[in-house]
Amino acid sequence: MAAESGHGPQTSGEYISHHLQNLQVCKNEAGEWIWNDCAGNFMTINVDSMFWSVLLGLIFVVLFRSAAKKSSVGKPTKWQAFVEIIVEFVDSSVKDTFHGSSRLIAPLGLTIFVWVFLMNLMDLIPVDWIPMAASAAGIPYMKVVPTTDVNITFGMSIAVFFLIIYYTIANKGIMGFIGELTMHPIAPPTKGVGLIAAPFIIAFNFILESVALLAKPVSLSLRLFGNMFAGELIFILIAILGIWQLPLHFGWAVFHVLIVTLQAFIFMMLTIVYLSLASETH
Amino acid sequence: MDINWTLFGQTLAMIVFVWFCMKFIWPPILNAIEERQKQIEEGLAAADLSQEKLAEAATEAEGIVAEARQQATGILDQAHARANEIVADGKDAGVKERERQLAAAKAEIEQEANKAREELRGQVSAIAIASAEKILNREIDSKSHQDILGKLAQEL
Repeated sequence: MAAESGHGPQTSGEYISHHLQNLQVCKNEAGEWIWNDCAGNFMTINVDSMFWSVLLGLIFVVLFRSAAKKSSVGKPTKWQAFVEIIVEFVDSSVKDTFHGSSRLIAPLGLTIFVWVFLMNLMDLIPVDWIPMAASAAGIPYMKVVPTTDVNITFGMSIAVFFLIIYYTIANKGIMGFIGELTMHPIAPPTKGVGLIAAPFIIAFNFILESVALLAKPVSLSLRLFGNMFAGELIFILIAILGIWQLPLHFGWAVFHVLIVTLQAFIFMMLTIVYLSLASETH
Repeated sequence: MDINWTLFGQTLAMIVFVWFCMKFIWPPILNAIEERQKQIEEGLAAADLSQEKLAEAATEAEGIVAEARQQATGILDQAHARANEIVADGKDAGVKERERQLAAAKAEIEQEANKAREELRGQVSAIAIASAEKILNREIDSKSHQDILGKLAQEL
């Protein structure tokens, strides 16, 4: 419900912006750690995002590790069977796309898929429950869906970005990487009068390819962030409506289950696709 | 909504989780799956093989039974033939033996009869001679006893 989540009566605008405010801790110019006065300060940590993200990551790790530890060939438990469905789904997605051999990509895909799914799933918890509980415990802000924080999605896509560069260099060499940035899409002339134009063509290629390379992590993270942020915002807007929120909330939650799963899958799939492109030798 | 240190925190967390997953979660689960796939494949192959062997054994058994039946029929026929042979042989031998014994008995009887007849003839001759002597001694009346003596001699 609207209103009283903390400090007395609120307007709708205050309610919404309160829900979109992270719990932050930052180091100010004086070198002191302060809470929640961090606008524009780069040395800030979004405590709630990090907390939920790590907590959900741990839940993933612990649950799946429990299945892995007790995994048996002959008599799998129900939980192991469920985990195996997910593992096999990820494994077949990777095998369809990635033709090289890598011990990293499939576990990476699995971690991304389940972790992002769990973080997205936090969106289905009614928007006021955890923030209200937190404010009762004296915590002023609590944003529970980590993937609605652009830092979280960027944090992941940057890891993917470095993996892309690593795989490109590992499979094509440093010259191959540079060549990929400069020799496409227009091949510079190697002899004759056209040689004068070569530097310009290379510069043009480099700009184009750099943008294409950088667009990969940016689009990857912004896609997830945008979808989840918009979904969360709509949940918040529905929550303002009072009693009429119930059917609307249900309807949107049903749609959102699809988005939650789909976005986790897309993030995983694009990661695999980017990495397989990076390790593809022509 | 600003970019801040959370970014690096998340990257770090991701590295740790991915590393953990790669090290401790993925391999055992995938191994179990692959091992099971192998076992199922082998099991199916073994089932196919045993089915094939079963069919083979069934045909073999059928062959053996048919052969045995044939042999049994053969043996039975042989036994019948042999039995018939034996019976026939026995019958033949019996008949021969009987005929042989019969012939022997007949010969013996004949012999005995001839012997008795000879003996009897001798005795009768002797009696006739004795009685003739006696008659002759008492009264020789050739005329009155001529017919008796003639009759006697005729009878002998």
